[in-house]
Amino acid sequence: MKRVGVFVCHCGTNIAAAVDVGEVVDKARLERGVVFSAEYPYMCSEAGQTMIANAVKEHNLTGVVVSACSPRMHEVTFRKAAAKIGLNPYMLEMANIREQCSWIHKDKDDATKKAVSLTSAAVAKVHLNTPLFAGESPVTKRALVIGGGIAGISVALDVADAGYDVDIVESTPGIGGRMAQLDKTFPTLDCSACILTPKMVDAATHDNITLHTYSEVESVEGFVGDFTVTIRKKARSVDMKKCTGCGACYDKCPAKKAPSEFEEGLSNRKAIYIPFAQAVPNVPVIDREQCIKFKTGKCGLCETVCAPGAIDFEQQDELVTQKYGAVIVATGFRPIELGKFGEYAPESKDVLTSLEFERITNAAGPTKGALVRLSDGRKPKSITFIQCVGSRDTTPRGKAYCSKICCMYTAKHAMLVKDKYPDIDVNVYYIDVRSPGKNFDEFYRRAAEEYGVNYIKGQVGKVVDMGDHLVLQAADMLDNRQITARTDMIVLATAIEPLKSTKPIASMLTASIDTNGFMTEAHPKLKPVESPTAGVFLAGACHGPKDIPETVAQAGAAAAKVLGLLSKSKLTTNPCVAAADELACNGCSACESVCPYGAIGYEDRQINDHGVRGNQRLAAVNTALCQGCGACAVTCPSGAMDLLGFSNRQILAEVDALCR
Amino acid sequence: MLGRTDLPNRLRVISGAKDKDCMKCGKCSASCPSYEKMDIRPHQFVSYLQRGDVDAMMNSTTVWACLCCYACIERCPRDVKPAQIIEAARLMLIRRQGDTPYVSADDIPELLDPDTPQQLLVSALRKYTK
Repeated sequence: MKRVGVFVCHCGTNIAAAVDVGEVVDKARLERGVVFSAEYPYMCSEAGQTMIANAVKEHNLTGVVVSACSPRMHEVTFRKAAAKIGLNPYMLEMANIREQCSWIHKDKDDATKKAVSLTSAAVAKVHLNTPLFAGESPVTKRALVIGGGIAGISVALDVADAGYDVDIVESTPGIGGRMAQLDKTFPTLDCSACILTPKMVDAATHDNITLHTYSEVESVEGFVGDFTVTIRKKARSVDMKKCTGCGACYDKCPAKKAPSEFEEGLSNRKAIYIPFAQAVPNVPVIDREQCIKFKTGKCGLCETVCAPGAIDFEQQDELVTQKYGAVIVATGFRPIELGKFGEYAPESKDVLTSLEFERITNAAGPTKGALVRLSDGRKPKSITFIQCVGSRDTTPRGKAYCSKICCMYTAKHAMLVKDKYPDIDVNVYYIDVRSPGKNFDEFYRRAAEEYGVNYIKGQVGKVVDMGDHLVLQAADMLDNRQITARTDMIVLATAIEPLKSTKPIASMLTASIDTNGFMTEAHPKLKPVESPTAGVFLAGACHGPKDIPETVAQAGAAAAKVLGLLSKSKLTTNPCVAAADELACNGCSACESVCPYGAIGYEDRQINDHGVRGNQRLAAVNTALCQGCGACAVTCPSGAMDLLGFSNRQILAEVDALCR
Repeated sequence: MLGRTDLPNRLRVISGAKDKDCMKCGKCSASCPSYEKMDIRPHQFVSYLQRGDVDAMMNSTTVWACLCCYACIERCPRDVKPAQIIEAARLMLIRRQGDTPYVSADDIPELLDPDTPQQLLVSALRKYTK
């Protein structure tokens, strides 16, 4: 019989307000084997931990139950404290009487009863606990960054500067991401390309960074410190080693009807192309769906003009497999589709998304920076910006969240228009202007006060394209009037969403995403750049709408966490893994087929069964790969598989205690 | 059961509208084709319900001016359903009037205008009869 001590935490008033802690302490004393029980306002504090340590020594405790918060919060804290005084850390159990009790119940009597039950279940379990010992696993000193935008580039540079190898996987032909599409950046109006392109070059030329552009992650295996990732390098049809980037191929290419992704479809590109003039790497790609040679077998003009002979129509996708210690997801965002927002006439050529407008104002864009209507090439006399298009919209057609960056880039757009063309009438329809951030509110006010941008509190209900102008109907909430106005161009501050590729990447990494498709962080306050899956980190808009300063800050934070991981020589593994009872296992392979980590193999063992020699096939768990999910334990038909620390007996003992 | 005096909650039950979800964006008033004929504008109608001034809503010109086109319901980003609030206020008014509807079905001329949309006729019947 173990000698068990029970320690009940008040957590200030978090628990004590809903649970009669004294009652829990008293009832715990009545449990089998409990020789000591006590309460303390903050059990996780140093004084609380000392209280546990003293009690273990004084009462010769061999098992400890802490009734407090979720084990996710403080199990590590208390197990460390147990280890310090020589108790095996796995002889300590936590009963969660905060998240699963006090926070969700209002009736004090009921909550107290439940806290008593949860505590007695933990006591019942601890009686069956056995000492467990953590193993070690290796750390591969290399990081993988998925996404080559400003987030991915920043993480890669920070990690590479510290001396570790980093690979960037980017699905498009070049790095740079959304930031490369922008003209100017708020709130300082720096030229986006001027601050980004040097970083792109730094990444491409860094000794420790390898770029895999036009590539995708194909599969991920393994776990923190030891991921094995297969990358599909899509066939570029251009030999990267031979190409000199002279551009003769795309100058001559006769297939020029493909909408340019980089220009948001506002202009066309060739079938062989680089996304934009400053592309890194400066090596073209053949779009095989557009290429005449691939479609009809005739043409090959690019091959003829390519002096170094870099064009390779036969090139195949290449699979590269590499080991990594850490993975950083930096897949970014895209504007939502506006098909369901018919009231804004999104099909009109003069109704643009903000990202399209960004290209129109860019000197390298489809209009060479000339601010003109795309329908007739006229310079607009009036431009109307509409904010919150699809954001803060709880209906199925929109996004319930605030897209965060729109207020500021709309102020930027409005200001830039007014700066260059003071004669253009600029109106902004807004619901609320949200401008928290360093120098952000000053920036927005400058647009209104210095540049004379007209901000109207209200929304636009309907837009009609009249051919040579647009008409809109809107409400001015502060003047309590309805507006019918002519305008020449409308810019929609379109909601942003995570890229479609985020979900499959998250499932490959067994990392979680939220209801909006954004990657989830491990803890909203204390672990904002880690995913709940160990070894997977987050940077940029894949985790939620973010502007550039915030993205770069998060990338730096993620890099610091990656460095903390890569600098370790060994990682401690979780000893709560599956184990097969060789007396019960019949080698049926049911466990192997359900194991998501490929952690179960089989070994043959010679046996002597009453004088008859034979081979017995037994399941063998690779403890380095096993994540302790328990799928095998519930699948095993003969009850041979069990989870150390969460054995069937332990769990049934808990259930028994709860049902008492 | 709702008490007879708890008009705001009764209106919420009848309309199924979620006035608390309104974020005052003005999309309803921006979409309304009948805006100029209303003394209490669609977005204000939601605010009137929030502070429980049902009598003012029932006595407004809005309850008769609303065309029941449902553009506000269609476009509201928070699914507040302003037109249903207006309709509920009108129904409460008609019920209070008892057997004296504002207009009887017979009073509606056979054909108002060859371009009158079907929906307008249907909404007129809903509006002027009990």
